[in-house]
Amino acid sequence: MTPVITADHMTLRFGQFTAVNDVSFSINKGELFGFLGPNGSGKTTIIKALCGLLTPTEGTGTILGMDIRKQAADIKQHVGYMSQKFGLYEDLTVEENLGFYAGVYGITGQAATKRIGEILDLTGLQPYLTRRVSQLSGGWKQRLALGCAIIHSPEVVFLDEPTAGIDPVARRSLWDLFFQLSGQGVTFFVTTHYMDEAERCGRVGYIYLSKLAALGTIAELQQLPQANPAGTARVQIEIADASSILGSLRTMPGVREATIFGRSIHALLAVDQIDAVKQKLPQAKIETVVPSLEDVFVTLTLDIMKKAGQ
Amino acid sequence: MSGLFFGLWPICRKEFTHIVRDPGTLFFALLLPLIQLFMFGYAVDTNVRQITTAVQDESKTQESREFVAKLAASDVFQVTEHVESDEALYGAIRAAKVRVGVKIPYDYARRLQSETTATVLVLVDGSDSTVAGQAVNGATGVALTASLARVVGSAAVIEVRPSVLYNPSTRSANFFVPGLIAVLLQVMIILLIALSLVRERERGTLEQLTMTPVKPLGLMVGKMIPYGALGFGELCVILAIMRWVFKVPIHGSWLLLLALSLPFLLTVLGLGLVISTKAKSQAEAFQLSMGTVLPSVFLSGYIFLTENMPLFFRGVSHIIPATYYIQILRGIILRGAGFGDLWQQALVLTLMGTAAILLAAWQFVRRQRG
Repeated sequence: MTPVITADHMTLRFGQFTAVNDVSFSINKGELFGFLGPNGSGKTTIIKALCGLLTPTEGTGTILGMDIRKQAADIKQHVGYMSQKFGLYEDLTVEENLGFYAGVYGITGQAATKRIGEILDLTGLQPYLTRRVSQLSGGWKQRLALGCAIIHSPEVVFLDEPTAGIDPVARRSLWDLFFQLSGQGVTFFVTTHYMDEAERCGRVGYIYLSKLAALGTIAELQQLPQANPAGTARVQIEIADASSILGSLRTMPGVREATIFGRSIHALLAVDQIDAVKQKLPQAKIETVVPSLEDVFVTLTLDIMKKAGQ
Repeated sequence: MSGLFFGLWPICRKEFTHIVRDPGTLFFALLLPLIQLFMFGYAVDTNVRQITTAVQDESKTQESREFVAKLAASDVFQVTEHVESDEALYGAIRAAKVRVGVKIPYDYARRLQSETTATVLVLVDGSDSTVAGQAVNGATGVALTASLARVVGSAAVIEVRPSVLYNPSTRSANFFVPGLIAVLLQVMIILLIALSLVRERERGTLEQLTMTPVKPLGLMVGKMIPYGALGFGELCVILAIMRWVFKVPIHGSWLLLLALSLPFLLTVLGLGLVISTKAKSQAEAFQLSMGTVLPSVFLSGYIFLTENMPLFFRGVSHIIPATYYIQILRGIILRGAGFGDLWQQALVLTLMGTAAILLAAWQFVRRQRG
């Protein structure tokens, strides 16, 4: 299968600051690729580079086989982009926003009417056609923003934190839309802060301090050696008063990480200390578990921070 | 439209919708300049008449009373006070009760009769330079006429009869309103177009547009058309008010006046775009736009003659678009100038405008690339 999006040792520097450091990956047609990382880690910069807005300092990338260095103008016709800022005109109606974006992609007349009809069916925005965007709820704005971003039927869609600040129901229905389009062969590149959203993605990349720290399916990430250091075990401790135990647990020998997860504690323990912990907490039910995606990213981050500190 | 201007028409159409949807902006755009036009058009009058004057007549003779009567008859002065001491004379000026003090010494008549030079002391409040200048001229004029009359006898006095061409009544409105058009149009257009682009940046729609195939020139020119049209409409209204409310006659061709306004519109639109690429927020765009007002008022020849400026400022006046447009306006409105007299000004404005638009587009691309 030919990759739709590739990054090949991509580095972007702004003066002294390295925003993206030697990042490589490859995404296939119809994939829903999740991209995680804290604010300022370089997520948006990578998207802008892949859309041809920023030229990499070193390395390169391709979209549908087109080189981002040389064919930036062509790439724009094949790529959709939606950011958390929506990019909608609040004083225009739903119809006018769709019409405007159709126009700037060069879609006019009959073709525009037809395509806007398709978008309205897909997003369910038909009843709000003549309503101004300022009167729509966050969820509907998001659907309209997506509609505007795919008005030109792009093969690749970049979503930069698309669900920041909307309610869970609207979030879920938006993701259903992503899956529907992805099923039709559209490739998605989604950045997010939400672990549950990342877990919906087929594959996930994690960027930290401008470097790609991990890349793979959820199962692959859970098996990563960095996430499961040798001689340690990920355990779930079920105990009546989890939050008051947490402090003393963290000071026990052999406890690397410990955090509250619902009514229990997730901890990374040295294998040879498990029995000692069990003895100290006789009333607790302790069992080994597979690390959650959050566990993986926290362990990876601490690992990188420790190495950077040395 | 394709190529360099891709996206022009959708942007242009959308911008018209924005304007129509936002009555506040429309009100601001169209009405505020008119209010200012009335304010400045009526308030500004540089022809100084009836300057308040205090007289200290120590001579108290036939001759001194004659002199005071001539001053009062000159229309420049209006004698409002008679004082008896130096302190009172100075005091009246300091307290701004009068602007001019005239002291006729006790030996005035005696000196005149003995054919020696008689002196009259004229004190002028210099805190307003226009008033001071007129007062000095007026007093000198009265004294000169009086002196000549004494020397040659009253009949054969030389009388200068100045004939002012093109603005025969030297009405201030005729002089100021045409210049005001340039300043009002400039503020309005620069502000509107700059705010429109900065607003898009603040709301994130500009970021979205950069992801589309819209070309920088398509975006820029697409925004210029609606605001240019708005400015042109406003110009017509202002000209109508100038003609029929302030009764300033237009000696040249209406058509030429409107046609040669287009290069100026182009320039200020371009200037607004340049400002929008520099400003980070709407507040900053507002400040930068307002920053263009004072140079356009003071260094453009609108109020002060550029010929009298130090070399540096004369140079500055040449890079201010309003300088050229005011020459065009006054040329056509007051002197009936034709295209042959003004084509250079129009050319300079066209070049300036084109340069500004290209600069804005270049800045826009540069900024986008981080």
